[in-house]
Amino acid sequence: MAQHKVNYTQDGGLPVALTSIDKIVNWGRSNSLWALTYGLACCGIEMMASGASRFDFDRYGTIFRASPRQADLMIVAGTLTKKHAEFIKRLYDQMTEPRWVISMGSCANTGGMFNTYATVQGVDRVIPVDLYLPGCAPRPETLQYGVMLLQKKIRANKAGNAQKAKRLM
Amino acid sequence: MRAYKPKDDVQAKAYYTDRYYVAPQVPKSDVSEDAVFAADLEAIQAKFEVKEAYIQVEQMVVYINAHDIYGVLKFMRDELSYTQLSEMSAIDWLAKDDTFEIFYQMLSMTKRKRIRIKYFINNGEAVDSVEKLFRCADWSEREMFDMFGIQANNHPFMKRILMPYDWQGNPLLKTYPLEGDEFAAWYEVDKIYGKEARDVIGPEIRDTARVDRYDSERFARLGHEVPKGTEITGDEPANPQEYQEEGGVFLIKKYTKESSKIIDDPQR
Repeated sequence: MAQHKVNYTQDGGLPVALTSIDKIVNWGRSNSLWALTYGLACCGIEMMASGASRFDFDRYGTIFRASPRQADLMIVAGTLTKKHAEFIKRLYDQMTEPRWVISMGSCANTGGMFNTYATVQGVDRVIPVDLYLPGCAPRPETLQYGVMLLQKKIRANKAGNAQKAKRLM
Repeated sequence: MRAYKPKDDVQAKAYYTDRYYVAPQVPKSDVSEDAVFAADLEAIQAKFEVKEAYIQVEQMVVYINAHDIYGVLKFMRDELSYTQLSEMSAIDWLAKDDTFEIFYQMLSMTKRKRIRIKYFINNGEAVDSVEKLFRCADWSEREMFDMFGIQANNHPFMKRILMPYDWQGNPLLKTYPLEGDEFAAWYEVDKIYGKEARDVIGPEIRDTARVDRYDSERFARLGHEVPKGTEITGDEPANPQEYQEEGGVFLIKKYTKESSKIIDDPQR
């Protein structure tokens, strides 16, 4: 304990903030979105740039994790091939709830320019998506703006376990 | 699968095809024009049957019999110093005469020459693997098997290399549609969720330029977003894109231009 005396009633007030459970839980959730590293193609380069020092994702509490079990946000950055589709589903299932998905770039949104036999035409055919980012590839600013919009979406939710689990089907 | 369209009546269907079109051919010259190639061809001809040989774009093309391929490549590697197999694959001539053309691009670093060995096989036939001669042929032959369905005899691991093991169809065949057949269209849905999920997830939407502002399941109008599935009437309220709520959130203040300090002095 500090030796000096602090008069809380006069100097700056009590070190206590009043809030609701919803707000503080959502504050915690929205400001510590740990993202699964999911760079599948060139969008992954932009995602890496977002995490690096110039754009600095850590400012938002977004830290990339290499394990789905430590992540609650999946940024699908790039082209999802049909061969890989089962693995994205498996990784998504391993993430802890509540979990969110950002579909980053045209390829992840709709298949993009890859109108071929081997490309999944949008990751929302495999996993539920919360936010679609347009662009080919979206710049790091776009991704950060998207994360901030996702934060807003998270804060609009009820924090309790009444939150409906997202399922594609 | 898309059916083969007969190509022998293109003259009758002048509406769709240029009836006077002749595919441009790179000029071919005789092998005797190049002393190195002439000597190489003579050495090959002494041991194996050569059906046709010519020089095209400074490279010699040699047509041989399919069963000679292992011997020819071994002979070229050991005796003629063509020590590298740059590339090998197949060409689909099924529509023309139900054959595949297999080519092997050989490179000699000492002679600085390239020779292309070619032969034809009928549809359904297998080729002899040259994996024992050139390790790079391992993956090339697997790719040929994956893309064309041509098996290689004596290959150590004759499995698909690019497509998943449970894939059906050979995508580089000219009959294979670019956007995939029925199997390809439902591959990920069938594999992950099962066939009964097809109705729930729905068919692939291949038109990436499609925009339907009345479809709120798939599209959002920028600045006028509504919850998913809402019926669009056209008078949706404006929904300005801001990443922060009015009044800020717990411990975070909302940024406003008025409350921020603007430094006018560029020198500071």
